[in-house]
Amino acid sequence: MDLTELRAVAQKEKDRQRPTRIHCCTSTGCRAASATEVYNNLKAAVKAQECGDRLEVVSVGCMGFCGQGPLVQVDPDNHLYGQVKPQEAESIVTATLGEGRTEAEQLDPEQPFFAYQTPVVRKHSGKVNPESIEEYIAVGGYESLYKVVHDMTPAEVVAEVSNSGLRGRGGGGYPTGLKWATVAKMPEGQKYIICNGDEGDPGAFMDRSVLESDPHLVLEGMAIAGYAVGADHGYVYVRAEYPLAISRLQKAIKQAKRYGLMGSQIFDSPFDFKVDIRIGAGAFVCGEETALIQSIEGARGNPVPRPPYPAQKGLYDCPTLINNVESFANIAHIIGEGAEAYASIGTENSKGTKIFALTGNIRNNGLIEVPMGITLRTIVEEMGGGVPDGEVKAVQTGGPSGGCIPKDLLDTPVDYDSLKAVGSMMGSGGMVVMDQNTNMVEIAHFYMEFCREETCGKCVPCRTGTVQLHSLLTKLLKGQATATDLEQLKQLSYMVQETSLCGLGMSAPNPVLSTLRYFPEEYTSLLVQPAYLNGHAAEPAITATAKG
Amino acid sequence: MAVNTLTIDGKEIAIEAGKTILDAAKEAGVPIPTLCHMEGVHDVGACRLCIVEAEGTPKLLPACVTAATEGMVIHTQTEKLQNYRRMTVELIFAEGNHVCSICVANGNCELQDVAVDVGMDHSRFSYRFPDRGCDLSHSQFGIDHNRCIMCTRCVRVCDEVEGAHVWDVGSRGPDCFIVAGLDQPWGEVDACTSCGKCVDACPTGAIFHKGETTGEKEGDRGKMAFLTTAREKQEWTR
Repeated sequence: MDLTELRAVAQKEKDRQRPTRIHCCTSTGCRAASATEVYNNLKAAVKAQECGDRLEVVSVGCMGFCGQGPLVQVDPDNHLYGQVKPQEAESIVTATLGEGRTEAEQLDPEQPFFAYQTPVVRKHSGKVNPESIEEYIAVGGYESLYKVVHDMTPAEVVAEVSNSGLRGRGGGGYPTGLKWATVAKMPEGQKYIICNGDEGDPGAFMDRSVLESDPHLVLEGMAIAGYAVGADHGYVYVRAEYPLAISRLQKAIKQAKRYGLMGSQIFDSPFDFKVDIRIGAGAFVCGEETALIQSIEGARGNPVPRPPYPAQKGLYDCPTLINNVESFANIAHIIGEGAEAYASIGTENSKGTKIFALTGNIRNNGLIEVPMGITLRTIVEEMGGGVPDGEVKAVQTGGPSGGCIPKDLLDTPVDYDSLKAVGSMMGSGGMVVMDQNTNMVEIAHFYMEFCREETCGKCVPCRTGTVQLHSLLTKLLKGQATATDLEQLKQLSYMVQETSLCGLGMSAPNPVLSTLRYFPEEYTSLLVQPAYLNGHAAEPAITATAKG
Repeated sequence: MAVNTLTIDGKEIAIEAGKTILDAAKEAGVPIPTLCHMEGVHDVGACRLCIVEAEGTPKLLPACVTAATEGMVIHTQTEKLQNYRRMTVELIFAEGNHVCSICVANGNCELQDVAVDVGMDHSRFSYRFPDRGCDLSHSQFGIDHNRCIMCTRCVRVCDEVEGAHVWDVGSRGPDCFIVAGLDQPWGEVDACTSCGKCVDACPTGAIFHKGETTGEKEGDRGKMAFLTTAREKQEWTR
């Protein structure tokens, strides 16, 4: 395969495509709302009305407005239908042909939910068939890979990624270019690329959507990374709960191999790169990079102390580059459009866009890709359409590692540093909106229960600390806790945060600490006086630490 | 050989490059409490008792797995560390059923020693009184999971020194337990050579010789270090 051949494939595909395309989302969210039947009915209707020469029905990935699924969108008219029922499919085809009307609910594709978005990673999501490599090539896919393999040195690729300002989208926000440079600078020899698709935060489904909607985008990013750091083997680690993502990835890898875009001598160059899939067995902690590596090696998914970092000594003790799905999905765009164009989106220290899974007590649920620096208020009130009845109380970001941001701080810009400053974190992109009826102690209790179940059990503070924190929160909710218990809750939170081995334990108390910081009255209102005190003030159970 | 110099609790010490803070502290004669660390097997940094503070680093560092580097200024006994260590020991006590008065390891128990070191006389956390069971299927030894602190020393000794890998960790989080073979009764695991190293490695009374009663277990904890040095350096005398 060379560039001419790649473009010939693209041209052939463009010629094949019908002028009018009815896109039907068949990703997990819409599928749960019977999108498969809608798709089949659309297909049948096209066949019955014998209009296959002008019109085609395409199974596509996520369009983002998941709360309104199943979604059907028509190009080039840009009509968007929401909550389509299987029996409405036929009339959509008729309406598209201009031969009738449809009862299907039409949505405004220009509404704020879409208008504020800047699609980079999700540019082709919902537009191309994720199971067709030709469709991906037709929209310029694999051109970036060709560009790096033929026109750039590995060092130039690393520099380009560094200049783009891209930071890890898994939540940590470590500069991606710096990570690439570290692995690239390790002595030559076996190196690995790992794509972390073990997304497990409650309410988060960004990576699933990217893998389901545009698997080739992730594979291309991984191959470019392989070329940049000198690795010839990559692994995609996907959780077993994402069967559709896994099957689409498998198909994508097969197709890429067939075209010579994966495997040996990619684009007739000396660069080899192959990708294998590893399926997680259901442990949240395997999203932690060292545990993930253990899991790929076939061992128990326990984190191990860092340093050495995976970049120095990772999979099978070889230098390993491990990035999140969304990070890899940004790469092809950065190479294609240039680092400068990418860096023009976002803020000073947080470049580009971020995908969020907007969920909770909010009108518009779904996936949004927004430029960094947009305020939470814009996301929640304008894009999300606000809370159905009542008002926003808090926004939870960062999943069980993050925190709750109160409504007074809704003007906080969404970027790594600002979110950290208000006691939460970017995280992988979960964003749960809560209304005035939400009990914040219950929220903290929910996340602590999650961490208690998901801790691997290796280190003492995380294994036993989360259990004690959970039981203290339970005691509070039962109205049996005293001021001593609350003080103990605080001190133990600091202790677990500071002494745990890996990120899971270090961040497990965050939901408690952030709700304590912004909603202390919800905790104190639950306290009772211990009977033996007879009205005297209680002494703190544990003397204050330096941090306390 | 490269040598690094560092300061631990005001004492200056020179140590070979590649050694850990814990090694350096030992050489300097500064005691740092440990539980999961054992000479002779690799360190896992699980018990978090050996955490220390290094000037210029906001994070607390586990001494057993952190390399001693040039110019480090380490503090091992700040108020915060003492407080956290005590909480860690309390958490361990609250997690299992550690009743010294009826334990085979009473008087010869590392958990007991550490509790004394950190000044823990009672646990402020509520005791969980788990019912974890006891495996007495082996002809010579027994394991009482209620006394296990999940230090995984037995797992590492069996794997790294004996090469049998009878033990591993089963389940997850609070349900973690030391599992024999493929979750079989210990006595039915063919891989077990009955060498007894796990008994010696166990810091508490969780793994014991059958027939021992209160305070009778005397683990030979130096054995693993002796064996590994003997094998590596051919020094077969103790």
